[in-house]
Amino acid sequence: MTETAIAPNLSRAVAPYRRALADALELAIPVDAVAAEERAASLAKRSLKKDSKVWGLKLAISMMDLTTLEGKDTRGKVYALCQKAVRPDPSDPEVPPVAAVCVYPTMVSFVKSALGQSGVKVAAVATGFPSGQTFPAIKIAETRQAVAAGADEIDMVIDRGAFLSGHYQHVFDEIADIKEACGPAHLKVILETGDLGNYDQIRRASMIAMFAGADFIKTSTGKVGVNATLPITLVMLECIRDFYHLTGKKIGMKPAGGISNSKLALAYLVVLYETMGPEWMTSDLFRLGASSLLNDILMQLRKERTGAYQSGDYFTLD
Amino acid sequence: MTRNEKNRETLERLAPGPASPAVINWEYSASLESTDHVSIAPRHNLFIGGRFVEPHSKKWFSTINPATEEELSKVAEGDAEDVDRAVREARRAYEKSWRKLSGTERAKYIFRIARLIQEKSRALAVVETMNGGKPIKESRDIDIPLAAAHFFYYAGWADKLEYAFPNRNVSPIGVAAQIIPWNFPLLMAAWKIAPALAAGNTVVLKPAETTPLTSLMLAEIIQEAGLPPGVVNIVTGGPAAGAALSSHPGVDKIAFTGSTEVGKRIERAVAGTGKRLTLELGGKAPNIVFEDAPLDQAVEGIVNGIYFNQGHVCCAGSRLFVQESVAEPVLRKLRQRIGTLRVGNPLDKNTDVGAINSQAQLDKIRELVQSGTDEGAEIFQSSCSLPQRGFWFPPTFFSGVAQSSRIAQEEIFGPVLSVLTFRTPEEAIERANNTPYGLSAGVWTEKGSRILKMAQKLRAGVIWANTYNKFDPTSPFGGFKESGFGREGGLHGLAPYVMLS
Repeated sequence: MTETAIAPNLSRAVAPYRRALADALELAIPVDAVAAEERAASLAKRSLKKDSKVWGLKLAISMMDLTTLEGKDTRGKVYALCQKAVRPDPSDPEVPPVAAVCVYPTMVSFVKSALGQSGVKVAAVATGFPSGQTFPAIKIAETRQAVAAGADEIDMVIDRGAFLSGHYQHVFDEIADIKEACGPAHLKVILETGDLGNYDQIRRASMIAMFAGADFIKTSTGKVGVNATLPITLVMLECIRDFYHLTGKKIGMKPAGGISNSKLALAYLVVLYETMGPEWMTSDLFRLGASSLLNDILMQLRKERTGAYQSGDYFTLD
Repeated sequence: MTRNEKNRETLERLAPGPASPAVINWEYSASLESTDHVSIAPRHNLFIGGRFVEPHSKKWFSTINPATEEELSKVAEGDAEDVDRAVREARRAYEKSWRKLSGTERAKYIFRIARLIQEKSRALAVVETMNGGKPIKESRDIDIPLAAAHFFYYAGWADKLEYAFPNRNVSPIGVAAQIIPWNFPLLMAAWKIAPALAAGNTVVLKPAETTPLTSLMLAEIIQEAGLPPGVVNIVTGGPAAGAALSSHPGVDKIAFTGSTEVGKRIERAVAGTGKRLTLELGGKAPNIVFEDAPLDQAVEGIVNGIYFNQGHVCCAGSRLFVQESVAEPVLRKLRQRIGTLRVGNPLDKNTDVGAINSQAQLDKIRELVQSGTDEGAEIFQSSCSLPQRGFWFPPTFFSGVAQSSRIAQEEIFGPVLSVLTFRTPEEAIERANNTPYGLSAGVWTEKGSRILKMAQKLRAGVIWANTYNKFDPTSPFGGFKESGFGREGGLHGLAPYVMLS
């Protein structure tokens, strides 16, 4: 091993968030796919009615990272999204604002000013999102600039190529570097679970991310075939639970992509609640990455309030 | 002021809403399965010779909902006279019609029963839950669909018996006396009746004393399916009716599922009579977790193994053997998981653990749990609140259990798990087999070769690998040693109902 490869490790050893890769790999115990999927399916069968449904749906809104991540994003589009984020349903003051607006780095300063003092956070994807196939220095620079522009949260992607070829130390170091570059901003680490192949790998990647300094672990970019699923979220939450037991540190969870309706959003909250307990039922520790989910929830809430479903024309398309 | 600036100002005026509500428990609102579509007659008679007839005793006993202790209906108290009448009707139906029918014709009737069970599945699930105390999600998703599946499966065999037993002449046995338990009332009736009918036998079935209602609904289904009168007869009653049935000289075959104690009594009564006998009795199954197991899923398997149907399962994984190196995380996870089990109204769709089936069973569970505490084992119980009325017991486990403890030896038949530890696979096998029972076992490991080795060495009729309590009509089920003999389900389940020459 060369001098340069060792030196950064030594300097990083003092960072409080950075732990040992070996410990992460030790906690990467196997996951039984059949049983994990069965458990997730049984939780999805919980029947939520009346007050518990309304409470859950409002909580889901308050945990939402309202997202637009497209090449064709413009200020006009993003501005509309910010307004929706702050006041999702102007006709109902009981509906809370979402947790954050998630955009590409170039939009950060604009979103920051559009959101003003609303309390809604700005999240930026970074590190060569979504593929992560760029130079380490560029990933760090991108992260720093996004934070400098006002991002409260950085959603980074892991290097799946390195992970799948077994270079866990590389993946680990890169996450730790980005965490350092984040400064005060919170770091969400996207595992891109759809690229990882199985639950054992998802568990291993989750552990590596947490031991390297992630504040949140996140399933997906939304840009590959398989995005968040209930069993993947369950498996990742179980990792968070084990990490918390070992270190006393609470890590957040963010499923993203494919969560498009209220019923599914509630199922995610049930998985969260029955795996982690009430302490994790907060936007500090759970986020739902979604774009089209919000209107469906608003539709359901209005139905609970008025007793009747209203057509899509009564909910703004942003 | 530009429009954008104005909008921004509006946004800034809005108070920063509660980012998220304070930490509170998410109380799921009640989500009760509707009972409006179910009407239970205030009084039920015996089903003999295709008709519902009053019992000879002219007595009817009360059957209750164990979750509320309220009476659901009165059920006929069959006695030896009624049993005799039922056996004679079954014999007549056997000689006159059923044995003469072609397999294809028998299959039509059995398929019809299966379809009618599916059609009435909602009502059957609700009544099963009301009469037995099991959660509606289990009766809805497991008991009733599996009961229908058993009829479908054996209907398929009815015209293929010569392929089931190649190069043999296959003929039915005659009249089968079938006595079933209260833990899976309709499902056990299906396990018993379906293969018997497929093979060309006629049946006298005695449901358990505490859970007769779905068997009587099955009687209505059988009537509706147009089976020839007397092919299936259902005699409700207590132990006297059961004893009369198992000792009746007109019976050719006895199939019993229930306690080992009663099973032994039946075996004594049958000795020397030439009657065929199959017994599916108690169990004290080992669920063995190795250190390389997927631990979170193993915990699910442990929970499903012992708290499914309140632990009223003969194959329940009631002895947990966990490798000492992972005992700490497994028990920590288990304690946490038990805390999330929802105990309460069985009709609530979110209920995980329902009511104990009867006062007598509750007393037995309490007595054995007390013995566990007395013997020095450490008890952990869910802190869930229990309803005031009805029969309830919280999910419980004991750690620090000795192999010699009563709770490690005797079947509790309730939501009570005994946890023991082991060091090597050999020790696990030795201690797992060190029981008079041998119905089932579970093995949790990532290592395929170890699963195969354990399956060879464990003396149990059913062995689950990285899962537990999975049932399928195509798979044989039955025990070793004091867990009984004979198999139900699959091709093996036909064998006790045919004569081969």
